[in-house]
Amino acid sequence: MESWLEHPLFAPVVTTLVIVALFPLVAGYIVLVERKLLADFQVRLGPMRVGPHGLLQPIADALKLLLKEDVIPEKADKGIFWVAPVISTFTALTAFAVIPFSNYIFVTDVNVGLLVISAMSAVGILGIILGGWASNSHYPLLGALRSAAQLVSYEVALALALLSGVMMAGTLSMVNIVRAQQERQIWFLFENYGLMIVPFMVYLISAVAETNRAPFDLPEAESELVAGFHTEYSGFRWALYFLAEYANMFVVAAVAVTLFWGGWLRPFPNVAWLEWPLNYAFPALLFGVSGVGCVPLARRLKSTVQRRLLLAVAGLLLLVAAAFLTPAVNQAVIGLFWFLLKVAVILYWMIWFRGTFPRFRYDQLMNIGWKYMIPIAMGAILVNAVVGMWKGS
Amino acid sequence: MLDTFFFYAFALLTLGGGILTVTRRNAVHSAMWLIVSLAGAAGLYLLQGAEFLFAVQIVLYVGGIMVLFLFVIMLVNLDEAAKMRQFNKQWWVALACVSGVGALVAYFLRQGAGAFRLARPPQGAPILEGNTERIADVLFSEYLLPFEIASVLLLVAIVGSVLMAKRKV
Amino acid sequence: MSQYYTTTDHFVLVPALMLALFGCAVLLFEVLVFPHPRQRKWLLLFVLLGLAFAGAGVWRQQNFLASQGIEELTAFGGTLTVDGFAIFFNWIFLAASLIVTLISYRYLEVEGEHHGEYYGLILLANCGMFFLATGTDLITLFIGLELMALCFYILVGFLREDRRSNEAALKYLLLGAFSSGFLVYGFSVLYGLAGSTKLRAVADALASREPWDPVVFLALATTAVGLLFKISAVPFHMWAPDAYEGAPTTVTAYLSVGSKAASFALLLRVFLMPLGAAREVWEPLLAAVAVATMTVGNLAAVTQTNIKRLLAYSSISHAGYILLGLIAGNETGIKGVLVYILVYTFMNLGAFLVVVALRRKDLLGEDLDDLAGLVYKSPGYAILMLIFLLSLAGIPPTAGFIAKYYIFLALIETRHYVLAVIGTLYVAVAIYYYFRIVRSMFLAPLADTGPLTTSFGLRLALVVTGVLTLGIGIYPEPFLGFAQTSLAR
Repeated sequence: MESWLEHPLFAPVVTTLVIVALFPLVAGYIVLVERKLLADFQVRLGPMRVGPHGLLQPIADALKLLLKEDVIPEKADKGIFWVAPVISTFTALTAFAVIPFSNYIFVTDVNVGLLVISAMSAVGILGIILGGWASNSHYPLLGALRSAAQLVSYEVALALALLSGVMMAGTLSMVNIVRAQQERQIWFLFENYGLMIVPFMVYLISAVAETNRAPFDLPEAESELVAGFHTEYSGFRWALYFLAEYANMFVVAAVAVTLFWGGWLRPFPNVAWLEWPLNYAFPALLFGVSGVGCVPLARRLKSTVQRRLLLAVAGLLLLVAAAFLTPAVNQAVIGLFWFLLKVAVILYWMIWFRGTFPRFRYDQLMNIGWKYMIPIAMGAILVNAVVGMWKGS
Repeated sequence: MLDTFFFYAFALLTLGGGILTVTRRNAVHSAMWLIVSLAGAAGLYLLQGAEFLFAVQIVLYVGGIMVLFLFVIMLVNLDEAAKMRQFNKQWWVALACVSGVGALVAYFLRQGAGAFRLARPPQGAPILEGNTERIADVLFSEYLLPFEIASVLLLVAIVGSVLMAKRKV
Repeated sequence: MSQYYTTTDHFVLVPALMLALFGCAVLLFEVLVFPHPRQRKWLLLFVLLGLAFAGAGVWRQQNFLASQGIEELTAFGGTLTVDGFAIFFNWIFLAASLIVTLISYRYLEVEGEHHGEYYGLILLANCGMFFLATGTDLITLFIGLELMALCFYILVGFLREDRRSNEAALKYLLLGAFSSGFLVYGFSVLYGLAGSTKLRAVADALASREPWDPVVFLALATTAVGLLFKISAVPFHMWAPDAYEGAPTTVTAYLSVGSKAASFALLLRVFLMPLGAAREVWEPLLAAVAVATMTVGNLAAVTQTNIKRLLAYSSISHAGYILLGLIAGNETGIKGVLVYILVYTFMNLGAFLVVVALRRKDLLGEDLDDLAGLVYKSPGYAILMLIFLLSLAGIPPTAGFIAKYYIFLALIETRHYVLAVIGTLYVAVAIYYYFRIVRSMFLAPLADTGPLTTSFGLRLALVVTGVLTLGIGIYPEPFLGFAQTSLAR
């Protein structure tokens, strides 16, 4: 019993399985949150029917996608049509392997972790352009060409923005990047008298472009290109693209958190007296208030089944709040909590952008990428290198 | 044992991908196999413990160069090219040449099996914690000059491509 | 931590630094400061300044070596070595760049493709050549070679509206990239054998092996393929006639002397220093290549009617003669090689200068018939062309004779009688096709009465090359002495 628990492969394998099993569900719920938030921005209700306030909508969607007919266009290049979404999903999920969710929850810590993520996001582009090409149809091809140009351009800015952070940390290993921030007692976002905010902003903007999100969603601009590169995809294959897109969002958010926001560290990780209010009171309050807030909502629901379901959710949230007050449980999951909370904040921003900004024109997109993002990122490297050296000496 | 297996697997990917690259008629398929071949080479780097080269190979070749290859291929009308008469009637001559050279090289390597004592890594080189740090160190000390000439080289390449592509300079 | 960029490093690097800086400055200034076409002459000033500063750097290095009485100065931990050999070649490169710059201004106006990038690329190509002559590190040599080659790929295709130029650039690029692959493969095997990229370490590693060691042979063969391509030796010469014909004539001139001289510098460095240990292996190989090169170059030139193609084949055959000097390999031979390259630079440039003058808006000026009766129209040009052609053929009292004399002398000294006889026989063939041009110029009736395209720069360059071609032939001692001191290493 003890022996296989201590096997060096045990923890990575379990973490991998959990990620692969859970992430589709998480992605589904990110979609739900997105739909709800967008509805909120636009003063609508959003999904309301399946489950209380649409809580079961993702599951219904997933079932629908799984049961749909598998359509391959007759003139499509079958092999590539088949392999393209697999490439996208594979690379997106592989990137999870090096993300440190907390100081001990990670699949593996390789010393080129950040490069592995870059590599995977670079290869992921292939899935998009091959899928667009293999469909043998006009709109997908246009979408694929747009995305190839866009992703290659913004990847440069993305990598250059990351370089500033790597320079601070002095390592490419994701875990050690966070540890470096712990040692320096500061999130890299605020390092160098706040100068690191510049590369962070460049990273955030490029990351939005890199994940094909609005306002950079030209590859799938629905008003011009139907659905862009995945117009001809349906059913489960389409779901794979969808999964890959949300996995990519999660990964870029996780990288931003790891590199600039201190990863699994709580705010002010070295101020001891903040331990209790931040690590215990804050999560307990967060979940507790949410749980309590569900109760009046539930009472307004008409259907008995839905009301009970929402009350059960409320109970669950209160239970989580209680768990966070238990020291043993708290110790185990607090890193994960902070990490996911920060990722959630960034994901919320990305959804917010989508609800706020109109889509860019193609030439504007290229101008922003090449004439603003890349020079600013390069300048940020230079300035941060000089300031960092001056500070260090 | 596992290393040997992976070596042959990656070598097979590299070589098989290379052969399929030159034999496919559809340019996109060729590009796909080239990607496979390059990824195989990346795997070989990884087996050698050169993680940095592995990641760079994937980022640059698979993620950068090949994406641009595909980009260009998609812009070109392929159907025309595929229907045209191929100028590879002499493929058997090429095959003969290639196998001849291959046999020759194999013979040399076989004869030279004893002679093939590769140089040991320079003495006194500290085994640093990571391959990345080591490369950075060497690149900015011993190979500083080639590194800088390479930047001039890239500048020339950029100037040249702009000059060639732009209608009105 | 040791210092990575010492004053010695800087002193050695100055010429390349100047060339690269002024090359970039030309690129920038054309866009930012001198955007108007009429302001282009200021760019010319920048090029001349860059060449002058680089020349000053080389001059100071030469004086330093002479005053300190040392033979060589290494920098960057053995990556660069300044010795007489490097300085000799750097002078040749700078002279070639200077002459090509002087003649280009008017020519590009006529062609209608006058852009500042041209001058930037000339300077950067010269920068690459500097590293070929000075570098003693496999990576530096390779990147220097690629820098030079890349500049030439672009320059060859500089006439973007001209299909021939496009074709030439594409052929040159594809074959050049292919041959670079061979070269870098050979270099990587050399690195594997030595565990170091420094030529000295490679030489030591090879010296401790049998000359017929199979792995050494593998490295030797692949390296040789890459290098022989660059000097356009048979059977790797196929690109040369097309590239020479399609390229703008000024670029052809630069390609035929600058690129060839730099490639020979690299070839000599690699074959004499690290591969010197395997001499008995490559000597017969190179002898076969040299004979084939002379055969193909001379015989194919006979049937050409395009002057640029004819000069391309003649340039191929000259590569064969230069290789003969390397095969002889004794001191006379290497001195002969150096003198040959020096002489070849001026006489070949001169011949191309006359072709440049023939180009007009309405006349391509590349056909043998375009030269018909040149003596009646502009006797000065015809006589200068005669001098260059006599020199190319190797007839006294021109410089070409001195060059060939030393090559043949070295062959006889080292008992390569057969090679000497073959070389002499092909001189007879060469005389035949060079005299086809002469006959056309002097005996044919005047065909085209239009004026030549001349400029002050072109006339100056013609006079300089003409004087040197005759001067080295009549009074060779200072140049022989120069080559002699370059050898002392």
